[in-house]
Amino acid sequence: MANFFSDNKDLQFHLQHPMMRKIVELKERGFAEKDLYDYAPHDFEDAMDSYRRVLEIAGEVCGDVLAPNAEGVDHEGPRVVNDHVEYASGTVQNLKAIVDAGLSGLTLPRKYDGLNFPLVCFVMANEMVARADAGFENIWGLQDCAETLNEFASEELKAKYLPWVSAGATCAMDLTEPDAGSDLGAVMLKATWNEERQTWLLNGVKRFITNGDGDISLVLARTEEGTTDARGLSMLVYDKRDGGVKVRRIENKLGIKGSPTCELVFTNAPAQLVGDRKMGLIKYVMSLMNAARLGIGAQSVGLCEAAYREALKYAHERAQFGKSIIRFAAVAEMLSNMKAKLQGARALLYETTRFVEIYKQYGHISHERSLEAEERQEMKFYNRLADGFTPLVKLFASEYANQLAYDAVQIHGGSGFMKDYACERLYRDARIMNIYEGTSQLQVVAAINAVTKGTFLEQIKRYEEANYCEAMQPVVAKLRELTAQYEEMHSRVETLDKECNGYKDFHARRLVETAGHIIITYLLARQAGEAAEYMESAQVYSKLAAAKIAEAYAYVMNSPVEDVALFHKVEEETL
Amino acid sequence: MMKKQLNIVVLAKQVPDTRNVGKDAMTPEGTVNRSALPAIFNPEDLNALEMALHIRELAGNATVRVLTMGPARAADIIRDAMFRGADGGYLLSGREFAGSDTLATSYALSCALRKIQPDLIVAGRQAIDGDTAQVGPQVAEKLGLPQVTYAEEIVELKEKSIVVKRRLDHGTEVVESPLPMVLTVNASAPECRPKNAKRVMKYKFALTPSEIAAAPDTEAARRATEKEYLQITEWAAADVNPDPQQLGLAGSPTKVKKIENVVFQAKEAKKLTAADCDIADLMVELIASHTLG
Repeated sequence: MANFFSDNKDLQFHLQHPMMRKIVELKERGFAEKDLYDYAPHDFEDAMDSYRRVLEIAGEVCGDVLAPNAEGVDHEGPRVVNDHVEYASGTVQNLKAIVDAGLSGLTLPRKYDGLNFPLVCFVMANEMVARADAGFENIWGLQDCAETLNEFASEELKAKYLPWVSAGATCAMDLTEPDAGSDLGAVMLKATWNEERQTWLLNGVKRFITNGDGDISLVLARTEEGTTDARGLSMLVYDKRDGGVKVRRIENKLGIKGSPTCELVFTNAPAQLVGDRKMGLIKYVMSLMNAARLGIGAQSVGLCEAAYREALKYAHERAQFGKSIIRFAAVAEMLSNMKAKLQGARALLYETTRFVEIYKQYGHISHERSLEAEERQEMKFYNRLADGFTPLVKLFASEYANQLAYDAVQIHGGSGFMKDYACERLYRDARIMNIYEGTSQLQVVAAINAVTKGTFLEQIKRYEEANYCEAMQPVVAKLRELTAQYEEMHSRVETLDKECNGYKDFHARRLVETAGHIIITYLLARQAGEAAEYMESAQVYSKLAAAKIAEAYAYVMNSPVEDVALFHKVEEETL
Repeated sequence: MMKKQLNIVVLAKQVPDTRNVGKDAMTPEGTVNRSALPAIFNPEDLNALEMALHIRELAGNATVRVLTMGPARAADIIRDAMFRGADGGYLLSGREFAGSDTLATSYALSCALRKIQPDLIVAGRQAIDGDTAQVGPQVAEKLGLPQVTYAEEIVELKEKSIVVKRRLDHGTEVVESPLPMVLTVNASAPECRPKNAKRVMKYKFALTPSEIAAAPDTEAARRATEKEYLQITEWAAADVNPDPQQLGLAGSPTKVKKIENVVFQAKEAKKLTAADCDIADLMVELIASHTLG
């Protein structure tokens, strides 16, 4: 009888954000569908009420079905039977519950049988699913591929595939190959046009494909013979019912074992082109990846929630030296930090989601009518913020998922090392989060632009200008100091980078993380003004942020240009 | 596929959630403190609803409606059932029904069922507030219908009969009964499907006439008045032509003497033969323990 929405006040708080009014109005286009569909909202309050009710259903399915199945799914895992994936029995039950509850096609338009919910709701559901079972979140969350089809595919393809997703079809994005991981420009899977059959045929191998045997696959393939780089790649959609793809094996992984990671062999598999040729990697995969990064941000926050709860519960129950271990300062500090990181990561997650949502909605609207100058400007504004914040949330949330899982095991002591408690599964599941959909190192590469171009600083200044409650004044004063230090670090790095190429690369993570720490502290301080329960986390997080920034500041300000060479020395080392 | 439409009624009850009982769950007088406990859909009635929805799928052409007796707020469980797949419901409500024991309850329900004339009645085995398991069987008796209790699975749905697997103490039994009939469903039957997102958004403004009358100026009332599928049927005593003497307190011979917390020392079930002496011994035992009499 658990409900992962009703039991989570922090999640409910973020649904109440003032920007939701704008988001709902954009998403519902002035409630134009209220008389067309019996489940369409009539006004803002109606829409919000529906979101809450549906998130409660999602919370119930997560608490009552997905979470109790998680351990069994982890042990059983999927199998390959006759060249196809057979899910663990718990996964099959989970998928049925999701379909019965109507939680597929959450963000898709109603004309494709979707719920037309804002991205904020999808991210919330995503987070709850991940808290219940991080591996299953991959299978469920991949319905996001449908958004890419909705954005770029022809009306014919949309009409074919989107209602199927709303009915529960699962998706996959087939990008990685044995020789093309982070470097997707090297993808070799071949697509050739077959004049006789009037279809593209796919031939080649894909590797590490999450839910690779899903019903609908978006495949990155080389349509331009003789090319070797990104410009020869296109995006195609493959329908499992057509056949031509075999699952050669499922990887035996450290964690998220319920999510089948497949090696796929394509043999004349028919597929249809999505959007324009040669835009596969340059445009569509970039969009897909940004959505996926936000998805991993949500998955990571869900895992943080699970880890914090497991740790808190155990710390209350476990007694040593005649008292619960939570009463020992060391344990209480760990738990306070965990909570602050959890709430901080979540604050960043929903701030980012709102930015993404607004610019995406303007994008959709621009297909229906031309945007007003003001709207175009607003779209550009939020697009820029979303581009900076998306890698930031992926970086912070996935690193925190690992830190919280680590701390949860630590608080469980020896018991945490055993298979008896959920924290060991969380620890294994978390490990992939700062690796896939771009490693943390690559998120820094993506986010450093927002440092260089000033996106982060401009946004920090906007936060600085806002009003904060009396109790938060010391935190805000400290943030001003930290921002000055960030500017100082940044200016030194830019100056020295001109002297020595590679200097900015070397300090990129320190700069990105400093910006992130300041942003998250502002978000928590803002929340503390709205709800008193954020007071502690805002204070605790500001201490963490100050310590982290002090470290980065000391490092950068004392780092001569020679450091670049110093850290390349290791290249000469061979064993 | 059945030719004729199969009309199914699920008997459901809104009950206080006795599974998570706090300190103030009982009044000093020893009765259930209903205000201190959240009101929920009786758990085994949810199993019954799932079975009814499953039968509807087997039949192809069928309807599932919920019948509940209770105060105005019992309409909540009708809405809940609609969110999960029911086509609609009937609320039997009024002062005349207050204080009903199982006998008066089954009488009132049977009056309503005579009016509805369903082909199949499905009920949960028992409610968690009373644990009597009497209402389903009493309804069957009053309507003169065959009954199958402890149902766990529908083996087959035929044109004029239904084949059901029952869960018994030491195994299962498969029986066939002609329609119309009464089924009571065990907790071991499949759990009810979750509420469905689109159905929740569609039916969240489903209201009874009393609810509309209580707040006529609200958006919800306006919408419920406009759309027929948002109207929940509500009947008072007079709508189901009862004998007033058999309703509510007047129709309830049960008097609660006292309530105590009993911890079973031995196994709950006791096996008896059908021999008269065994039954006589049991009667003596039950009278001696003041369970009867």
